[in-house]
Amino acid sequence: MMEQFFLLARQELVLTLVIFILLIIKVGSAEWSNKAIFNLVNLLLLINFVSGFLFVQDGMLFNEMFHTNRLIFTEKNILNLGTLIISLQAYDWIQQHKHVIEFYLLLLSTLLGMFFMISAGNLLMFYLGLELASIPLAAMANFDLEKRQSSEGAMKFIISSAFSSGLLLFGISMLYGTTGTLIFSELPQYLTGSDLQLFALVLLIAGFAFKISVVPFHLWTADVYEGSPVAVTAYLSVISKGAAVFVFVSVLYTVLKPLAESWYHILFILSVLTMLVGNLFALRQKNIKRLLAFSSIAQAGFILVGISGGSKAGMASVIYFILVYIFSNLGAFGVVAIVSALSGKENLDDYKGFYKTNPFLAWVMAVSLFSLAGVPPAAGFFGKFFLLIAGAGKGNYLLIVVAALNMIISLYYYLKLVKIMFIDRNEHEPIATLPVNIYPKIALLICMAGIILSGLISGVYEYIYAVSFG
Amino acid sequence: MNLSLLLLLPVITCLAIVCCKGLKQVRAVAFTGAGIQLLLAFVLLVLFWQERSSGNAAPMLFKSGYVWFASFNINYHVGVDGISVAMILLTAFVVLAGVLVSWNTETMFKEFFFLLIFLSAGAYGFFISLDLFMLFFFLELAVIPKFLLIGIWGSGNKEYSAMKLALMLMAGSALVFTGLVGLYFNTAVTKGGAHTFDLLQIAQMQIPVQAQMLFFPFLFVGFGIFTALFPFHTWVPDGHSSAPTAASMFLAGISMKLGGYGCLRVATYLMPDAAHTYAPYIILLATIAIIYGAFVTMMQKDLKYINAYSSVSHCGFVLLGIGMLTKTSITGAVMQMVSHGLMTALFFAAIGMLYSRTHTRMVDKLGGLLKIMPFISTVFVLAGLCSLGLPGLSGFVAEMTVFMGSWQNPQMLYRLATILACASIVVTAVYILRAVGKTVMGPVTDSHYNSLSDGSWNERLAAILLFAGIIAIGIAPFWLNKLITPGVEIIMQQAGKAVTLK
Repeated sequence: MMEQFFLLARQELVLTLVIFILLIIKVGSAEWSNKAIFNLVNLLLLINFVSGFLFVQDGMLFNEMFHTNRLIFTEKNILNLGTLIISLQAYDWIQQHKHVIEFYLLLLSTLLGMFFMISAGNLLMFYLGLELASIPLAAMANFDLEKRQSSEGAMKFIISSAFSSGLLLFGISMLYGTTGTLIFSELPQYLTGSDLQLFALVLLIAGFAFKISVVPFHLWTADVYEGSPVAVTAYLSVISKGAAVFVFVSVLYTVLKPLAESWYHILFILSVLTMLVGNLFALRQKNIKRLLAFSSIAQAGFILVGISGGSKAGMASVIYFILVYIFSNLGAFGVVAIVSALSGKENLDDYKGFYKTNPFLAWVMAVSLFSLAGVPPAAGFFGKFFLLIAGAGKGNYLLIVVAALNMIISLYYYLKLVKIMFIDRNEHEPIATLPVNIYPKIALLICMAGIILSGLISGVYEYIYAVSFG
Repeated sequence: MNLSLLLLLPVITCLAIVCCKGLKQVRAVAFTGAGIQLLLAFVLLVLFWQERSSGNAAPMLFKSGYVWFASFNINYHVGVDGISVAMILLTAFVVLAGVLVSWNTETMFKEFFFLLIFLSAGAYGFFISLDLFMLFFFLELAVIPKFLLIGIWGSGNKEYSAMKLALMLMAGSALVFTGLVGLYFNTAVTKGGAHTFDLLQIAQMQIPVQAQMLFFPFLFVGFGIFTALFPFHTWVPDGHSSAPTAASMFLAGISMKLGGYGCLRVATYLMPDAAHTYAPYIILLATIAIIYGAFVTMMQKDLKYINAYSSVSHCGFVLLGIGMLTKTSITGAVMQMVSHGLMTALFFAAIGMLYSRTHTRMVDKLGGLLKIMPFISTVFVLAGLCSLGLPGLSGFVAEMTVFMGSWQNPQMLYRLATILACASIVVTAVYILRAVGKTVMGPVTDSHYNSLSDGSWNERLAAILLFAGIIAIGIAPFWLNKLITPGVEIIMQQAGKAVTLK
């Protein structure tokens, strides 16, 4: 039993260990430099990532409260890798910041919460993980302590997050009321599709929709993304969203499978709305973080298309897309993080002539944007293609036409940014040539390698497909 | 021959360019790479010929395949028939000529040659694909390099043109994508069976007629946008005229042919029933494009716009040939693709050479250049004559074949369309002779021009290369005919099957 516990929950245990080490350092008398903490945390995250590939097995702990299998290990690994990349990219910002330990404490707590949420086998456990994942995030959003916008964003985030948690809880309680159980494996047999259960389904989907910022529950996204420090924005748009999507897919495909007919229609409407609104609003943005915020809303719409497929291919394509999305979005955010930390510029117009002064960063940005737009040979092309094929499996070609049209709209604003960087000239003051440190550089190179290789090499997708179900 | 070499070679060339320093090294590497491409294309031609004459009548030769994404039944599957070999040769010619005319690119030369060679990888990949996913992959691969080539090195209203081109081509590929997905889900022989993207396998199947009717327009219009199908041709003039010379050559010479090839190989070949049903509409649009393109060209004053609009008109012949659905007309369509590719590339090359010296492309401002630059002017005149279909050059052969094939259809509407298309040649002659005559004949309009030099060795080599292709097709069209006929016959069998089943 004890070895089982250490083996199955080791990813959570390592994170808890790091949290405790950080706490001890904090209360201890010795002053640790920012760099030492940075190195320590990243090393342990790397160990955690590597350990996720070893001795992978299925199992359950605590009366089905916690369960794990190859799929869940893969998902946690993806999130862990993303967090590591964000942490490496934030190097410049972390060096300047006064409260690095607190930042990492909060960051790792949210990650831990997401791990519990993914591994949950019971609605209570799931809710616990969700709260552990969202509350520290609000504090993190406020981490640019001098900026008013940052506080404003954090406030908006905590309110909307509390509201969505309320919706989820309401849904969970109704589900409990009609079925008499909270355990995932027992729920499906009691789901009959009664009115109350359908209402619970709507509430649950609304709660998730908040977390993955699906229209019409997206209103917090742009302001929070704009106000937060870039590392937190990246974390929100990639890791937090990714974790919520992972859970959403598994819950829909296992627990709520008897109601598939109903949620298919809801997802159809939500995905069309999300793609359209996200893309149309992105067209008008002037701030690069807001642009990426709306682009990430639009991407969520594509993810919903894949989820609506309701097949094994649907689940595999969604998980694969999250992986690709982590590489592509973090490539873009990595560049924004460096530029923002070293020059303080965040407007689109500031990037005019960026290629002249920073060719490496400009190429990284361009390749990431191409991947986000779904242009080959970047992995984003494969990700979108598979999502849409999975979505078309039900024979709903209208959804595919809408999605394909949206790819054109999104290409426009991604290309506009490429145009600004490569073609436009800057008369005023272009961003100076920025020194790129070794850690952010490694992170960006990981993203580039991921974008180019995880598509062309089919093994990545095939592995995810092998561990998926649906 | 291993066809993957055609993909590997440009990729290696690209990597080598990244490692180079200085313009001299970069262009030497690009030139060598493009030269080997042409060599390889010739080797392919010879081997293909040998294989065919030794009696191998398989629809596709040199096939090889690997499993790519097993769960979606997507394979890396390549192979060529005569049509693809002709297209590959065309690509090799145009790329080498493109490298040669860009010999003195100074701004961001490394990126320029990188993108140019990268584009060729996309084109080769497209022509050798036997898997529809792969085909789509390579179709989209080429969009972004074109955007950057026009946006960075272009002239005039380049940002607008680059964006317009990228978005319209993307819209085309979005339609193609929808069509492909629709096709994919209609490929299962039995209910619940595996779907496939494999071109040859799909060709063996009977796609439900209802599905064909639904998805044929998506595929045909999607590919049609690439080849300037009538209401969607608007990216052509802007894109071509803003692009730098080599990119114009590539765009008009190869990129537009991707669309024609796709219409033929994917839309018509795989959905023959729908092709028969929609043929009148295709012919209508193609005829409009031919006539409208010709008349609009008459009004143009900028040499590049003249060639761009004439491309709309000439690519109309390709679609007309496909729409007529007779063996001769489709052969003519393929010939027209090759011929137009070479001819328009030569035309753009000549315009580029003139522009780099006189710094204007306006017909009004040019004059008497034959005295000053005899070589360039001659090339320019020859390209023009090929465009208007002078016998002995490739344009005549191709257009004549299309007309003959079209006339084989006895219906009134088809005959009428053929007559109208024939009549457009007169208009073509008017605008070509006017533009060419004004530019190279008459008095020298600007005394500056007297000090200008004639073509340098690289420009001469590029022009001779392309012209050699044009004259070879013009004098000995049976070579090309023999090369592509077996491929066309297979497509026609498919179309014939559709008719007899009804």
